[in-house]
Amino acid sequence: MISIHHYLLLSAILFSIGCFGVLTRKNAIVIFMCIELMLNSVNLTFIALSRHVGNMDGQIFVFFVMTVAAAEAAVGLALMIAFYRNKESIEVDNFNMLKW
Amino acid sequence: MESILFYLTAVVAIFSAFFVTKCRNPVNSALCLVTTFLCLAVFYVMLEAPFMAAIQIMVYAGAIMVLIIFVIMLLNLGSAVKSRTTHGMAAGGILAAIMLFLTNYFIRRGDATGVGEEITSHMIKQYGHTELIGKAMFTDFLLPFEIASILLLVAIVGAVVLSKRKV
Repeated sequence: MISIHHYLLLSAILFSIGCFGVLTRKNAIVIFMCIELMLNSVNLTFIALSRHVGNMDGQIFVFFVMTVAAAEAAVGLALMIAFYRNKESIEVDNFNMLKW
Repeated sequence: MESILFYLTAVVAIFSAFFVTKCRNPVNSALCLVTTFLCLAVFYVMLEAPFMAAIQIMVYAGAIMVLIIFVIMLLNLGSAVKSRTTHGMAAGGILAAIMLFLTNYFIRRGDATGVGEEITSHMIKQYGHTELIGKAMFTDFLLPFEIASILLLVAIVGAVVLSKRKV
């Protein structure tokens, strides 16, 4: 039987990799995918702990995280298309229109 | 047997997650991300949550990744130019490593105790995982469920408004 610590450590590793990607990449879509990766590692934590303590609430929470991720994907990608129309690029260095 | 499967899947998940951040072409990153999602679905099955595994494959590896790949192809993004190892990259790596060590420390420090073992694996086999999820969702979590439906409606309207040329 795999202990709970293995799952928690694995999701910590995945979260750190996602965090590394968000901090280092310039392409907005790749950053977006790294955020999805972080959300998924949190989902793994929720399900592992839910199984460990024998309670269903964590898995319901994963359901809502997936809902929010789907909504975020729709709105975020629409924002990127709108941005690409204006700037012909989705590098995050060009996201400076609100800078004073 | 189970631990061999766990370690194999974990290695695949970690390497494909790493290549999400390292591939220069966004399409390759997206395909690596799909691999990671499939590995996570395997973990959900091992944790006796088959419904969550199905949802993971259908919603994440299916719908969301199709949306992302669709946008990558629509914008016709090429590969990024080869970036040098900058200070920002080193700082990102150090921050991620610090976060990993801190989470590892806190994971090892305490022990999660049960809240009375309400759901056992015998119950999951007897009633089915989907039924248990459905019971919890439509009794205790009915209000969040309705709020989630409103959130999805708002997201649809927002996506349409944002990508229209003239409102």
